[in-house]
Parts: sequence; C-alpha cells; structure tokens
Amino acid sequence: MGGVNVTALVVFVFFFVLVTAMGFLAARWRKAENSNSLDEWGLGGRSFGTWVTWFLLGGDLYTAYTFVAVPAAIYAAGAAGFFAVPYTILVYPLIFTFLPRLWSVSHRHGYVTTSDFVRGRFGSKGLSLAVAVTGILATMPYIALQLVGIQAVLDVMGVGGSESTHWFLKDLPLLIAFGVLAAYTYSSGLRAPALIAFVKDTLIYIVIAVAIIYIPIKLGGFDDIFAKAGEAFSQTNPATGKPRGELFSGPNNQWAYATLAFGSALALFMYPHSITATLSSGSRNVIRRNTTILPLYSLMLGLLALLGFMAIAAGIKLKNGQLAIPQLFENMFPDWFAGVAFAAIGIGALVPAAIMSIAAANLFTRNIYKDFIRPDATPAQETSVSKVVSLLVKVGALVFVLGMDKTVAINFQLLGGIWILQTFPALVGGLFTRWFHRWALLGGWAVGMIYGTVTAYNVSSPVQKHFGGSNEIIPGIGQMGYIGLTAFVLNAVVTIVLTLVLRAAKAPDGVDETHPSDYTADAGDPGVKEELPAPTAAP
Amino acid sequence: MPAPPEPPENEPPVVTPTRVVIGLCLLIPFVAMLWVGSYARLEPTFIGLPFFYWYQMLWVPVSAVLTMIAYRLVKRENAKRRAARGGDA
Repeated sequence: MGGVNVTALVVFVFFFVLVTAMGFLAARWRKAENSNSLDEWGLGGRSFGTWVTWFLLGGDLYTAYTFVAVPAAIYAAGAAGFFAVPYTILVYPLIFTFLPRLWSVSHRHGYVTTSDFVRGRFGSKGLSLAVAVTGILATMPYIALQLVGIQAVLDVMGVGGSESTHWFLKDLPLLIAFGVLAAYTYSSGLRAPALIAFVKDTLIYIVIAVAIIYIPIKLGGFDDIFAKAGEAFSQTNPATGKPRGELFSGPNNQWAYATLAFGSALALFMYPHSITATLSSGSRNVIRRNTTILPLYSLMLGLLALLGFMAIAAGIKLKNGQLAIPQLFENMFPDWFAGVAFAAIGIGALVPAAIMSIAAANLFTRNIYKDFIRPDATPAQETSVSKVVSLLVKVGALVFVLGMDKTVAINFQLLGGIWILQTFPALVGGLFTRWFHRWALLGGWAVGMIYGTVTAYNVSSPVQKHFGGSNEIIPGIGQMGYIGLTAFVLNAVVTIVLTLVLRAAKAPDGVDETHPSDYTADAGDPGVKEELPAPTAAP
Repeated sequence: MPAPPEPPENEPPVVTPTRVVIGLCLLIPFVAMLWVGSYARLEPTFIGLPFFYWYQMLWVPVSAVLTMIAYRLVKRENAKRRAARGGDA
C-alpha cells in the first residue's frame, strides 16, 4: 500500500472538518423552546418533513458498512452479494404497511421507542424489556462496524493500520474521528446526523455517478468486466473445492438468496435506529411519501454492488475483501477524487453511528432506566441519561473494534440481524392485533433467539469454525436458507400455539392503553399535536 | 390522555376494491423478487450487464411506481373515510 496519499488525505480532512462544524451548529437548527425533553434531543422535535426524513433514513440505512460490505460480498462470491437489491426493494412495501400505524400510536401516546409501544400495547414490562435489550444488543455491533468502515478508508489512505507503529499512533485517527462524533452527538442530538446526512448523500451520489461511468470506461465496458469476473469465479477455490462464485444464483442457492432478501427486509425496520428516524418525521404522510422516493437509494446500492465486479476486473487481489472498494477508488481515481470518495465513506459512517447510538440510548433510558431504576425521572433527567448513554454505547463500540478481531464485529452483526428479527411478532403483530398473549410473545421471542444463536454459532466455513455464514439447511425444506427467517417462523409458530394455550387456560391479559383510533391518527388530530412536547405525561 | 374519538357506526366496509388494489400493488414486488428462478440467467444482456442484475435493478423503479400508486389510492381512500365520518358526526 506504500506511503500516505497526501492529496486524498487533505480532501478527506477538509470534508471531515466541514461536517464537524455542521454537527455542532446543528443544535441551533429548528430549535424548540423546550430543548430538555427527549423528544427534542432524541427525535429532533418530531418535526422533520419529507426531505429531511429522506436524507435521515437514507443516511441511516445505507451506511458506510453497506457501501464497503455489499461490493465486498460481490467481490468475494458474485451473485449472492446482490441480494441487497431485492432486500431493499421489499423494505418499502413493508414500511408502507406498518410504519404509519406505529407513527400514529407513538405520537398519540408519546412513545419514543418500539419498547414503549410494546409496553403500552401489551401492558408487559418484561416483554418491553426483552425488546429493548434485543435492540441494544443488535445495535452495538452495527455501530462497531461503522468504525470498521472508517478504518478501512484510513488504511487505504495510508494513515493508521500498519502493524509496526505504536498501537496508540496507529489508532489515533480513528480515536479523533470518534471523539468528534461523540461530542456533537452529545450536544446536538438527532439534529446533527440529520444535517450531516445532506453532505454525506450528496458526496455519495456524486462518487457513485462518477464511478459507474468512469471506471467501466477505463476497464473496457461491462462486457469485459463480466467476462473477467466470470472467469475469476469459475476458478476452483482450494479451500472448498468448489468454484469461487457465480454470476447468477444457481438452483442450489436460490432459497438462500430469497430468504436472505426477505428476512433482511423484515428485520431492517425492527432496528432501533430506523424507528428513531421514522418517529422524527412530522406527519404520517411523510413516511408514506418517503417509501416512494427512498428507492433511489436502492438503485444507488445496486450500482455500488457492481463495483465489486469492477474490482475483480481491475485485477485487485486482496485477502481482506473489505478493502476492495477503497482500493479500487485509490487505483482508479485521481488522488483528489479518491479523497472525495473516502470522505463519502467516512462521513457515511458518522451519520448512522450517531443515529444508532441515540436510538440505543433512548431504549436504555426509556425502557430500562425509567421502567426499572427510576420510574419518577423527569424529562430533563431522561435526556441527560440518554446523552451519557449515547457516549457509553460509542465507547463500547470503540473498545469492541480496537480490542477484538474485526471478524468478531462481523459475527455479532450477523447475530444482531437474526436477533432483531425476533422482535417482529411483538411489534408488528401488536400494531395490527391484540390477539397475541404477552407471555406467548415472550416465549416465541426466547425460542427464536436461542434457535438463531445456536444455529448461527454452529455454521462453519473453511476459514471460520463458528459463525461461518448466515445460512443453514431449513428444517423440513432441505434447502439452505437464512437462519434469521427460520428462527422467525419458529418464533411465530410458538407465539400462536402458546397464545391458544394461554387463552384456553385464561391466563391474565395485560392492560392495553391504546385505542383502535390511535393507529390511524394523523398530525392535527385530537391528541396528536397538543400532547407534544410532553411525551412523559402518559399514565 | 384526552379521550380518543369514538369510531362512527357506518364506516365503509373494511375490504373495498380500492384496498384490494392497494394490497396487490404492495404484494407484487414480493412475488417478483422472491421467485429467484424467474430471473436467474445471464441472457439477454443490457449494455453488457447480465440479465440477473439489470432485471433486479429494473424492479427498483417498478416497485417505486407501484408504491406511488398505492400511496395515491390510500390518500383518496382516507379522505373518503374522513369525509364519511365527518358527515355522520
């Protein structure tokens, strides 16, 4: 990799300083009188319109890790990595169906997190705790992977990463980036990532547009790129004795492809950070309108995935596939534009990391601190606890990245996806029906969590003894499929059976504090606007 | 918590033709994308891209249009329901 790429580094630092300034100034943007409430710090005042929500959700869901990992998966094995495209296509009809209901009920009752809703709907602190803990556990490795994304960029630029230097100097750039991120999230809350997301996405769109035209021209067109990639994939991998990859999903991989796309689509909006971004929107229609414009990001993701093939055609040979795309930019682009591309990835890590830490902090504050430790906490206390927890969460992620092997973070991210999917029956089920029994939901959740974790642990690959992948034979179907989805089906079956049993046994139901009309309320309806911003006034 | 308004008695039925169309618009992408066998091939290519890739990317705008249709229909349906509710009150 050689020395430091000075031009690229200067451009990178320029953009980094720019967004840092924006992060701190964001506190003054659309400021409300009562900035001490969790609604203000943690949900940006619940006032964002269509465009801010669009950037925020886009910044949130399409993270630096996505930009690095999706092409890296294509680079490693071809077609299988492209599942990200159908996955993000399916996300939007799902959002369209259930998130407006969550928005409405959350606005009427002042819910800040999904666990708030689950507690209100099923009257069960235990179930709400399960959802909160799952959310926090699933989010932590996700934040860690954002830092891995920044690290990949810094590595390719030649700063940090080299083994010979002192550990402190080696990680210093990452520590600085992290410290700055932590500081402006603390002071500005959700407004900081919302504002920075504008810069991030503008940069990303420019970089992709240039990359998708400029690189194929340099490499002789898509015909040549795919011919070379096909050749590379047909070669036998000595570790497995099978071809390295394929250009389209063969008959044996189609179940895996479809279940991975479907399972991931179901899981995405269970993540606390996507809910945080959704609840910050100003009206029900903002969410639905967004499902019609967010697919622009999916298109971008598809184009980005193609860069994986270009990395192969460009003759990039790396042990660590995660570096494939940064390395492709470094090799193909002039230095200054490589700097822009690296800045796009780097900032692309900061936005989601900020939102994720806010979301995890909100969960802790509302559903662990307030429910179990200090039930009489005031809104101002809640906000200060959330701010501190958002720092702790980030420190945890940093320790994770610096202290452990990167594969550990990736394994946990894999598990996180499986785990978070297990909250689907309680959350989405609860949005549409009150039929499920709270204890049955808890039982189904536990079964899904245990099955998913154990099965994922036992997947071995030629390079890893455990957590070798996210697919395993689906019992009863005999095809490879996404473990998370199998666990989810198991979870749903257990929930239904237990509900029948508990209803027959007349087990006591929790108190439902919501009303059917709560699920369709819109901004301006009685009880929606008036109640804000006093979210903690609920019973 | 202010008392939420009571739902009126003569709401339109839960399943209406418009709602069926909305449901179909939201369901079609699932059928198209999860049926991997329908697009797992290389030919025909488009500007050098194998079918597998451009077909799936084509579904991004197609599903966006379907969602947009669903959005329009939902808005119209809700306006109708609200009007019906207002008329009853």
